[in-house]
Amino acid sequence: MLFIILRRLLQAIVVLLLVALVAFTIFRYIGDPVESLLGQEATEADRRALIDRLGLDDPIPVQYLRFVTNALQGDFGVSYRTAEQVSGLIAERLPATLELALVSALFALVVGTLLGIYTAIYRDGFVAHTIMSSSLIGVSLPTFLIGVLLIWVFAVELGWLPSFGRGETVQIGFWSTGFLTASGLKSLILPAITLGLYQMTLIMRLVRAEMLEVLRQDFIRFARARGLPDRVVYFGHALKNTLVPVITVAGLQLGAIVAFAIITETVFQWPGVGLLFVNAVFFVDIPVMSAYLLLVGTVFVVINLIVDLLYLAIDPRIRDGQLRRKAT
Amino acid sequence: MSESILRVQNLRVVFPHRHGELVAIDDVSFEVKKGEILGFVGESGAGKSMTGAAIIGLIDPPGYVEQGEIWLEDQRIDQLDMRAFTKIRGRRISMVFQDPLTSLNPLRTIGDQLIETIQMHLPVSQEEAKRKAMAGLEEVGIDPARFNAYPHEFSGGMRQRVVIALALSAEPELIIADEPTTALDVSVQAQVLELLKKLCRERNASVILITHDMGVIAETTDRVAVLYAGRLAEIGPTEKVLHQPEHPYTRGLIASTPSVELGNIDTELFQIEGAMPRLDALPTGCAFHPRCEHAQDRCVEQRPDLLQERVACWLYADG
Repeated sequence: MLFIILRRLLQAIVVLLLVALVAFTIFRYIGDPVESLLGQEATEADRRALIDRLGLDDPIPVQYLRFVTNALQGDFGVSYRTAEQVSGLIAERLPATLELALVSALFALVVGTLLGIYTAIYRDGFVAHTIMSSSLIGVSLPTFLIGVLLIWVFAVELGWLPSFGRGETVQIGFWSTGFLTASGLKSLILPAITLGLYQMTLIMRLVRAEMLEVLRQDFIRFARARGLPDRVVYFGHALKNTLVPVITVAGLQLGAIVAFAIITETVFQWPGVGLLFVNAVFFVDIPVMSAYLLLVGTVFVVINLIVDLLYLAIDPRIRDGQLRRKAT
Repeated sequence: MSESILRVQNLRVVFPHRHGELVAIDDVSFEVKKGEILGFVGESGAGKSMTGAAIIGLIDPPGYVEQGEIWLEDQRIDQLDMRAFTKIRGRRISMVFQDPLTSLNPLRTIGDQLIETIQMHLPVSQEEAKRKAMAGLEEVGIDPARFNAYPHEFSGGMRQRVVIALALSAEPELIIADEPTTALDVSVQAQVLELLKKLCRERNASVILITHDMGVIAETTDRVAVLYAGRLAEIGPTEKVLHQPEHPYTRGLIASTPSVELGNIDTELFQIEGAMPRLDALPTGCAFHPRCEHAQDRCVEQRPDLLQERVACWLYADG
């Protein structure tokens, strides 16, 4: 068991180093950092000085190593556009993105799982059929369209909710939160639904399919034959067996929520790292882009690690090494 | 032994189908006496398992009991709603399934599943339930120290013992054992059957033992019912049915059972020609007549009912 955890940790580190390599390659080879930083009118002496300061003449492995050590200390270099520290830019905007991602992840998980269970149990009912058909809309509509539609209905026509920005935020240390003010919470609703709708419908369909599969199993028949009421059969026996495959997909999808917040943040002018990234792409701000890549890579790796640990917690057969993971 | 725990009268189970309905069980009547082991034997699809499912109210939809009555002592149970039936399932009628590998929830310990069942049916505290669960494990020959083990940590035979402990944990009066040993190694089969028999005798609980194995019937049951194409072909004391089978199908079934007595090894096994008809293509009259060497005109035209409460065959119409 400890061995499995250690092995997963090691794998996580290797993956992160590879992501760092890609980020480094972008940082070092896309465009000329010297030109980007100094502009075209710089003298040869200025150029020389900067090359020395950045160590661009060192062997590539040394430069990569320095990139990694710097990144570990939170130093991603200086933004080409604003000349500010990239780490500062990201730290300033990360709370907005993480809060948005957290709310939409909760929305996707809780609503998706509940609807999945409901549609599995009452699979022939009218309500379940309606939910299933309308979930197709959630899967097939692109995010920005859903965002625009929600803005039109709830912000423009009904005027219930704000259409852009975070509302008022409260500063707690370095963290600015929108959870503590009414306008902050109201501002979260539309972008969170927009961001999580696809994942919600996906999780719902997955939970439903898995649940139907589990309900056909012998141990469910035996549980009924032992006289356990429906509630216990569904929640005490079926649900937990549904979770292992669901967690795999849900984990990856939650990573996607952070990574693809870009579109939602653009539609709602949400001041998060996604918006920062979009602006960085416009201005070819390479350090910001490579830092963002590292950040997203880390989020995925961490979530995957958590998923692996959850497997171990849920399924004793995996703990004993009897069963391999069902999916990767 | 004389009082009956279960009475089934004219049971008919149908499955709606694109072209009308399939009759899975037709006009089956029998009773189970207290403390008795009644065997159900027949080919796959003859309706053995379906009869068991009907009794415990777990027929998979869209199938349903169309006709007939099922009485548990003096309570009619075939029309109970789900909620009322959960008070009977596990508590008064319990069931053991064929495959012990899939009958237990793989993610919960066996102790947890035992306590859950006991507390569902008996008004006992957590500690009392645990004590009962431990005692139950000990009775089926499993070390109570393995209370917190998961199902995958046991072998097939041991798991079936756990399943039996679970089925008996709320002290039911009737156990339906649906091919309880079919998935087990032959050497373990006898042990598990013996265990089931012993525990039920001790509790004076009745058993309906569903199997396609004539050997199991001979060793275990007091009476036996032979099913063919959803109908009762013959029913009677095991001794009598095995030694003086009356229905041509029963005779064929017994003759086609291999025996390992010396000298028999080289003799060729008897076969009943043909196969049991599919439910959507049942022949007229007696369902067995196309395969029966004694078939008369009457067998093709008219369906025989159980004669003298023993055999459904026109051969015995005048006797």
